[in-house]
Amino acid sequence: MNRENNVYTILYASIMVIIVAVALAFTHQSLSEQQTKNVNIDKMQQILRSLHINASTNEAESKYNELIKNSYLVTPQGEKVEGSEGTKTSDPAFATDIAVDASKGLPVFEAEIEGRTIYILPMSGKGLWGPIWGYIAIESDGSTVYGADFSHQGETPGLGAEIATPQFGGQFGGKHLFRDNTFTSIAVVKPGQSVSDRDYVDGISGGTITSKGVNAMLLESVGQYKNFLMNLNAAKK
Amino acid sequence: MALSNKTKAVLLGPLNKNNPIIVQVLGICSALAVTSKLEPALVMAIAVTIVTAFSNVIISMLRNTIPNRIRIIVQLVVVATLVTLVSEVLKAFAYDVNKQLSVFVGLIVTNCILMGRLEAFALGNGPWPSFLDGIGNGLGYGWILVVIGFVRELLGSGTLLGYPIIPKSFYEAGYQNNGLMMLAPMALLLIGVIIWIHRSQNKELQETA
Repeated sequence: MNRENNVYTILYASIMVIIVAVALAFTHQSLSEQQTKNVNIDKMQQILRSLHINASTNEAESKYNELIKNSYLVTPQGEKVEGSEGTKTSDPAFATDIAVDASKGLPVFEAEIEGRTIYILPMSGKGLWGPIWGYIAIESDGSTVYGADFSHQGETPGLGAEIATPQFGGQFGGKHLFRDNTFTSIAVVKPGQSVSDRDYVDGISGGTITSKGVNAMLLESVGQYKNFLMNLNAAKK
Repeated sequence: MALSNKTKAVLLGPLNKNNPIIVQVLGICSALAVTSKLEPALVMAIAVTIVTAFSNVIISMLRNTIPNRIRIIVQLVVVATLVTLVSEVLKAFAYDVNKQLSVFVGLIVTNCILMGRLEAFALGNGPWPSFLDGIGNGLGYGWILVVIGFVRELLGSGTLLGYPIIPKSFYEAGYQNNGLMMLAPMALLLIGVIIWIHRSQNKELQETA
């Protein structure tokens, strides 16, 4: 058949499209379970990293189940949402992505480390090129940070992407979110500078906008848990 | 596996005299984007090599059936499908690598080297030479990326593959990482320097004034 024939051309294009569509759909279908598993394990690794635990992909799930004793949703007023408790990946706390839909409640994860209860909260914000997010682990006084882990989608390697390094996240240990019973959050400042009205950490040199994004995320995203944290603080006293 | 001289030239040409980046001047965008650190540069080089080789083979096998009017579209569909498959497989079996490369895997579709080789070689040659041409171009692209990634990470962050190389004593004496190296234009300048050195070694490549 003549290659330049109209009918042949249309037939060729149609068949090609159908074959490609089937191939891609089939691939996606057969791989999606494995992909979701990877996403979940990655999330568990992030939560564990905020607890200063670097779990490999093989041990992440067992370590997570060992340390996370409880997880649930809370309202912006700080009250636990009825029926939201559960630590499985299908339960509300793990399944909720606060960047997408926080209407049902804000996730809180409770871990037991060295006999203490540590509360891990997810955070979500905007970097320079795309979203940034992380997990902040807080002591039972609702103010002292135990650890923090940050991630990003497409920040510049060597600059904004440095927020994902332990050198950056490690600065948060021991910092306080509250001062004089007010939620002040933790500031991310230009390296070398300082602020006096709240605790601060050094930003990334050359990664100003990403650092500002982390600053805003700590203020606004963690700020959503203000009432929950204040209740913890009051209960401790 | 004995390669005839002609096939050997197909495989080795792009490593030197027909290098995609410094001679054909293709694939510059990704050479700038992923080379601020060495590891993504390496992974990208491997991904591009695989996609180029296999898309070359597929188009070469189909070359006598493709209607001329839609040949660019067919090439594009093949490349986009292969890249999507690579991306899906990475997400399923090498999640950490996929996180490293994030958006850049998808951008392989826009890499001119792929379309360039499909048009220039795969449409006119058999599957085996096309496969070798794809591998050769991928490796030619890869070694340039590795060189640029090496220089940019070493001078821009003081590390290589994440391991600190520049000793602390240098920093204390006043040495600072070259921030300019972390920006894309510097990669372009580095490519220019490599072209300069390469052309002075290969005089026949110099364009006459």
